Amino acid sequence: MNATVLHYIGKPLKRREDFKFLTGKGRYVDDIKLPGVLHMAIARSPHAHAIIRNVDLGAAKAAPGVRLALAGRDLEGKIGPIVPNWIMPGTKVPFRPVVAIDRVRFVGECVALVVAETLAQAYDAVGLIDVDYEVLPAVVDEEAAIAADAPQLHDNVPGNITTIYKVRGGDYAKAAVDADQVVKLRVVNNRLIPTCMETRSVVAHPDPDGTLTVYMPSQVPHMHRRWIAETVGIPEHLLRVVAPDIGGGFGAKMHLYPEELLCPHLARELGAPVKWWESRSESHQSTSHGRAHTENIEVAIKNDGTILGLKVETLGNVGAYLSNMASGGPTVNTVNFGTGNYRIANYEATSRVVVTNTVPVDAYRGYGRPEGAYIAERAIDVVARHLNLDQVEIRRKNFIQPADFPYRPYGGMAVIYDSGNYQGLLDKALAAFNYDARRNERETLRRNGIYRGIGVAAYTHMCGMAPSRRLASIGFDRGGWESARVAIDSSGRATVYSGSMSQGHGHVTSLSQIAADVLQIPIENIDVIQGDTRQVQAGHGTFNSRSMAVGGSSLHVCSQRIIAKAKKIAAGMLEVDERDVTYAAGQFSVPGTDIAPLTFGKVARMAYVGHKLPDGVAPGLDETEFYDPIGMSAPSGVHLAYVEVDPETGIVDIIDYVAVDDVGTLINPLLAAGQIHGGVVQGIAQALYEEVSYDPDNGQLLTGSLLDYAVPRAEHVPDITSLFQETPSPTNPIGVKGIGESGSIAAPPCMVHAVLDALSPFGIRHLDMPLTPPRIWAAVQNARNGAGQ
Amino acid sequence: MAEAEKRHPVTIEINGTRRTFEVESRKLLVHLIRDDLGLTGTHIGCDTSQCGACTVEVDGLATKSCTVLAVMADGASITTIEGVSPAGSALDPVQTAFHEHHALQCGFCTPGMIMSARQLLRAHPDPGHDDIRHGIAGNICRCTGYQNIVRAIESLVAKG
Ligand code: FES
Ligand code: FES
Repeated sequence: MNATVLHYIGKPLKRREDFKFLTGKGRYVDDIKLPGVLHMAIARSPHAHAIIRNVDLGAAKAAPGVRLALAGRDLEGKIGPIVPNWIMPGTKVPFRPVVAIDRVRFVGECVALVVAETLAQAYDAVGLIDVDYEVLPAVVDEEAAIAADAPQLHDNVPGNITTIYKVRGGDYAKAAVDADQVVKLRVVNNRLIPTCMETRSVVAHPDPDGTLTVYMPSQVPHMHRRWIAETVGIPEHLLRVVAPDIGGGFGAKMHLYPEELLCPHLARELGAPVKWWESRSESHQSTSHGRAHTENIEVAIKNDGTILGLKVETLGNVGAYLSNMASGGPTVNTVNFGTGNYRIANYEATSRVVVTNTVPVDAYRGYGRPEGAYIAERAIDVVARHLNLDQVEIRRKNFIQPADFPYRPYGGMAVIYDSGNYQGLLDKALAAFNYDARRNERETLRRNGIYRGIGVAAYTHMCGMAPSRRLASIGFDRGGWESARVAIDSSGRATVYSGSMSQGHGHVTSLSQIAADVLQIPIENIDVIQGDTRQVQAGHGTFNSRSMAVGGSSLHVCSQRIIAKAKKIAAGMLEVDERDVTYAAGQFSVPGTDIAPLTFGKVARMAYVGHKLPDGVAPGLDETEFYDPIGMSAPSGVHLAYVEVDPETGIVDIIDYVAVDDVGTLINPLLAAGQIHGGVVQGIAQALYEEVSYDPDNGQLLTGSLLDYAVPRAEHVPDITSLFQETPSPTNPIGVKGIGESGSIAAPPCMVHAVLDALSPFGIRHLDMPLTPPRIWAAVQNARNGAGQ
Repeated sequence: MAEAEKRHPVTIEINGTRRTFEVESRKLLVHLIRDDLGLTGTHIGCDTSQCGACTVEVDGLATKSCTVLAVMADGASITTIEGVSPAGSALDPVQTAFHEHHALQCGFCTPGMIMSARQLLRAHPDPGHDDIRHGIAGNICRCTGYQNIVRAIESLVAKG
């Protein structure tokens, strides 16, 4: 009897987790209402840089409902300091207390706190805290911060530079000599606010058994358990971190913030649950920002468009302290990827990590790869314009070829692109975009004074930092593995415990698809548990687009172990050799015999009853896997955009956007397209709308709320055509690559190129993001007045 | 007692049930809904009335409940996401369409977005693509890029 094999991987299944969210039953941290909970509110620095002369808590302590008011001094030596989890070799790590003690270094830094019976009382009391500051000069810009006379932030960080990182391959100096020309460009990668719609929140709850349960929207619950344990001084076994439903993460919810240490500490001190909830405006000045780079680029070229060499100097603004991963972002994550999808044999890059009087900057959707791709793509586009070459053809000419994979960019050791086919992506994108017709249309319209532009961008990402042992050399203090446990109950239902952590990704669906394919049981019979360190054995969580490639692979391997064991049990029950048993669609059978097949459920039951287990087979059907990948997967893509720019207003109208992405084996095309839509819109937002602004003189945050920070709405963004190419990754058993960050990597250069293409008749060659109407309008005016750039 | 802490009686009809509360002058409707009524499907995503996560129906009109003081809602009839398809009843067509079209990821914006979508469909019998994008512009979604939300609403228009 031949049972049909069940296929779930590759199917556009609708999400299994939707119902609770659609009906208002999602449970986010702020929805957790504990009896007797106390509320913490934070007094934040109104100054970018100042000495704290005195903190007067008297009035706050006397206010109604207040249980406790503390300043940094009161916590000194008790908890902290906050240390980064990624410390690049040679990095000078600034001292960061949990609450500022004698000096504040950014607007929004914690200076004191109040715990009160109601949130309103806590806010009222914070308003009564009187801090005496001596204001110091501040610096917010990365270029200004490394000037000789710049205000200095930390005694142990001379020149405001924490880290200098260099990477090179080939001989750039020789390439520059051999070149026909060297083209130079300076680009700014604008500072962004990740803006999860659910702000951060923490509830710490001391249980009677001595456990402290910390509810928080964490992308990395097990990492947070370790960090909180180490920083607050609570033994890890007494800490339980629970991440319930999370309202978006995008990299912002995977660092260690003061409030995540204060609530646990204070809950233990007060013997009561303590909650903190971040208002949106507070979030803008307390949750990490993203990007914030300035890059100086040189490209050594031949006049036929061959790129001989690339030189990059990066300044990565990391804000006032080194946040969790901050020394890794502008360094290995960015400049290792500066050559993008192109064969550029001679490469030389230096990255400087710079502290400034601003909110700490850390991972945001793509972390380093959007910055790296922006370097490569802006460089090649500028060369095309400079040489008057077609922007598509110059890419085709310099692309890494399919036969080149696995490919080591610039002959270096740090990066291997595992697989890809960039020509295939480009061809598919051009066809879907109707490139030739659009090009003709653009020319025709231009003659009528209508300015349309086509943008192209290609990218290669690398997902799932691994293997573990390789992370030591870059100072990344965690592993690259992920864990999975598959527990089959005696009825044959499966419960998957995964160390990955969905923040809207739909893991209940996608992980079930992987397990169902291997276990060959209906997907309805699979439950997925994440985000509770008491239930899930171990994990690293979700970031760096690692959940399918690493978490999914872990689950795949673990599920295979279940089947391997179940086969042994089935063989015992059927009294045949294990090698004669085949398994498909929930049936163990012995082909070529008339032995009646056994269902998965029957075998599962026997695993627990244990009467007929073969020798050497232990009871139970419950496996755990710690999967450490052999390498990283490299998703890639080509995106195209079509825009119309009104030179009289500077307004950009996005007419079309085509994304073709190669994420290896697709687990669920519906969810994959959703990731592309969301990522592309965040990338469009970076290109056209969003920018964190600081007053350069006093360091005040000017985009302090959603009134001033331009998150796009439905009418600001286009429909996106999302297509896929599947070049399986050889680094994991499923062949899958990451997807979550692709859109936000590709869209910024793609959009900028489209707008610059539209503006090319004005001789405008470069503008920095965001390409807002005033910025475009001013550039057009300048060009018309003869001050071409 | 400070003016802000003075209490006032407020009677509302919430998802079909009449309830009376003593509320502080300064309490927002969204806090009454979330904290006093425990209806946590209505979310708070901002403090400047920008995001729409708190959208509920007040006397049949989609309203950002963070822009209304609880005392101002005295006498009003309010529907929250929990009242759109009460336990045991079928999902509202908008909820079904959101599921069918993968119009939600993290789900945080979803209840407010559903309220705005219902409002749009009530106000416009036959909205076009741009009308839909404009009609939900009061609600921010950071995950979906809006495309599948627009598709979900369009599917309801096509069905008539
Ligand atoms: S909470 Fe953002 S609009 Fe009401
Ligand atoms: S689904 Fe996450 S904000 Fe809309």
